[in-house]
Amino acid sequence: MIHSRRSFIKAAGVSVLAIGAAPAIKAVAASGSGAASLPSKTRRPEAFSAKRWGMAIDCRRMNGDIAGNIVKACRKANNVPDFSHKPDEDKYPGLRPPKKDQELKWIWEESYHHAFPEMEDEFLADKFKSMPFLVTCNHCKNAPCVQACPTRATFKREDGVVMMDFHRCIGCRFCMAACPFGARSFNFRDPKPFIPEINPDFPTRSKGVVEKCNLCAGRLAKGLQPACVEASEGTIVVGDLEDPGSEIRALLKENYAIRRKQELGTEPSVYYIM
Amino acid sequence: MSKNAIIAGLVVFVATALFPFWFNIGGSNAAPEIELSERAKAARYCVLEKYDMRAEHMSLLDEWRDSVVRDADRLYKGTNGKSFNMSLSTGEDSCLGCHTDKEKFCDRCHNFVSVAPYCWECHTTPEEVTR
Amino acid sequence: MLEIAIKGSKKYWIWLGALLTVMAVAFAVYIDQFVNGLMITGMSRDVSWGFYIANFTFLVGVAAGGVMVVIPYYLHDYEKFHRITILGEFLAVASLIMCLMFIVADLGQPTRMLNVLLYPTPNSMLFWDMCVLNGYLFLNIVIGWKVLEAERNQVRPPDWTKPLIYISIPFAIGIHTVTAYLYCGLPGRGFWMTAILAPRFLASAFAAGPAFLILLCYIVKRFTKFDPGWEAIQTLSKIVCYALIANVFFFLCEVFVVFYSKIPGHMSHIQYLFFGLYGHGALVPWMWTSMILMFTGIGLLIVPKFRNNETILPFTCILIFIGTWIDKSLGMISGGFVPSPLHHVTEYVPTFQEVLISLGVLATGLLILTVLFKLATTVKEEVRG
Repeated sequence: MIHSRRSFIKAAGVSVLAIGAAPAIKAVAASGSGAASLPSKTRRPEAFSAKRWGMAIDCRRMNGDIAGNIVKACRKANNVPDFSHKPDEDKYPGLRPPKKDQELKWIWEESYHHAFPEMEDEFLADKFKSMPFLVTCNHCKNAPCVQACPTRATFKREDGVVMMDFHRCIGCRFCMAACPFGARSFNFRDPKPFIPEINPDFPTRSKGVVEKCNLCAGRLAKGLQPACVEASEGTIVVGDLEDPGSEIRALLKENYAIRRKQELGTEPSVYYIM
Repeated sequence: MSKNAIIAGLVVFVATALFPFWFNIGGSNAAPEIELSERAKAARYCVLEKYDMRAEHMSLLDEWRDSVVRDADRLYKGTNGKSFNMSLSTGEDSCLGCHTDKEKFCDRCHNFVSVAPYCWECHTTPEEVTR
Repeated sequence: MLEIAIKGSKKYWIWLGALLTVMAVAFAVYIDQFVNGLMITGMSRDVSWGFYIANFTFLVGVAAGGVMVVIPYYLHDYEKFHRITILGEFLAVASLIMCLMFIVADLGQPTRMLNVLLYPTPNSMLFWDMCVLNGYLFLNIVIGWKVLEAERNQVRPPDWTKPLIYISIPFAIGIHTVTAYLYCGLPGRGFWMTAILAPRFLASAFAAGPAFLILLCYIVKRFTKFDPGWEAIQTLSKIVCYALIANVFFFLCEVFVVFYSKIPGHMSHIQYLFFGLYGHGALVPWMWTSMILMFTGIGLLIVPKFRNNETILPFTCILIFIGTWIDKSLGMISGGFVPSPLHHVTEYVPTFQEVLISLGVLATGLLILTVLFKLATTVKEEVRG
């Protein structure tokens, strides 16, 4: 009895192995044939490309109106929900009220004191005290969120953009703990009722995933500038930090610019021209 | 004692295991007809052949999403030599850009086979937006 | 062996029934969270981990604490622990299951959790945490079961359990070290970013785990015919004493470094916890309570008269257990998130639902613990009688 049970388990084990190996064998076998007619996946010809994308925000020309427009444009382009929006009662009946501190934001206004907390100064020039500073994902060269993610749902693209794969995110929020810039938001609930007008060019998100600025990767791929740049009246420039001839490099060459929390060594790619 | 218990247990087990069969007895099991939109009819071709598409569209979409999100490659050139925008729902040259009626093209079949892909949670269809 | 678990007194079944009721209620609340998302919790954009992860961290400690009976018994042949080693191992099993449940409860997309295996990512500490937690759980189940079975059959445990036991020791240290690494490797979180975090976690674990084990020994003695032995309990209480002193000492080291160097990003968190920040101080009474409890605990354990008093000891252990729980779960997690990296103060208070779900996880753990302890004590009674 014991012997037959044992041999049965053995046989079963071998068969499971064989079934498991079949797809691999099939894949190897398939890779050898018909290479000529294989489909291809490429960039679109009109796509913008860079070695390392970066952003420069010209704080000298920034004001509350422009900053407000930028935040609005970003929300609209990326379907970022707005918890102050009143959801449609017919479409979403019986919704629980949103909690303000569970809100989502990709780019938003902060005062100097909060944008650069470790550079606080008793004798800070007056103009900086009232100035709005736009903060967003810094697309760090050494991104702590990328290092922390247990599924590579957040990852660094070759062109420097720190991306989120919403399909893969398990919602553990390790990246939120890891980010030193508070750039990440979590979908504590289904965001759709709080999107005033859904932009069909970009998917919304489901509950339970983390999101953040993706530098409008979808727009860059179509040869469009990020939504914030478009709304910025020239106060935001996005370009290739590794290209000495780029507009952003020219700006950084001529002006004094700072980055947030440089001392942490994450190498942010967002510069603030002071 | 144990004999009866075993038989009763077996009956319950078999009945449970065969649940899908007896539950559907008498119901209609004719496969639904899907309707091509005018645009799709006019185009006469798709990313893959009809039968490949039927069997493989989910893995194709899975491949596409990795390609778009992770590799930034958004243009697909099929074995038939045509180019496609790798997108489920954004733009004229996306899947839904051509197959404009999601209800008649996607949902009928999905409902028939009882699958509820969560794609639609985020990739909203154009008409859902305008509605 | 499992058949022992389905034969029990009326009290046993009432207790299990009560636990099952809590589990059922909590499960109903969890369904709400599963359907509607983590919006039902008190967590926020700024405090993105809360009660679940706090309890997870604490329970990893309780699990690791089991090694404090394994090391003396298996490495030093300390015979007095012979009777309670299995209790320590089974406590670790129950705690680890609770840990894993807390992690799952905290996920935004629990149905995708196997992505961690599908896309293994060695640079993420969470990946390693998953490996060591599951490894330690597996080891304890196998070891505990085989050793108990051998005891029941009155034979020596199979030889292959020996290497597993030795491996389980570094695993115990490993689970809590890696759990500390989740926190202490993050730039921009001054409260956690200290090399003392892992040692401090271990010290508090070796206090909380054995303190809980002492309480369990008392319960076992009261409700079964099995006596874990007063000498074993006394040795455990000394272990708790040393570990607790180490925990408080490590904390004071941290306080010195932070307040002598005066680096704001490191200071503000401890300020928030113990004195409040910009008028926000929800945790201030809790943190001072924790300190008082831990110092009282040290006092009661250091003086032999109190430590050797069979009536006082369980109360001392309760004080210590609560004190370390506040210190490590409430303070450690909220403290790290407040103030936020942008120096905003968003306070965290768990919601009723969140606490209920947590109670459900604890009830599940206690259920498993009860069944396992029932096996262990019944086998030991059988063998002796």
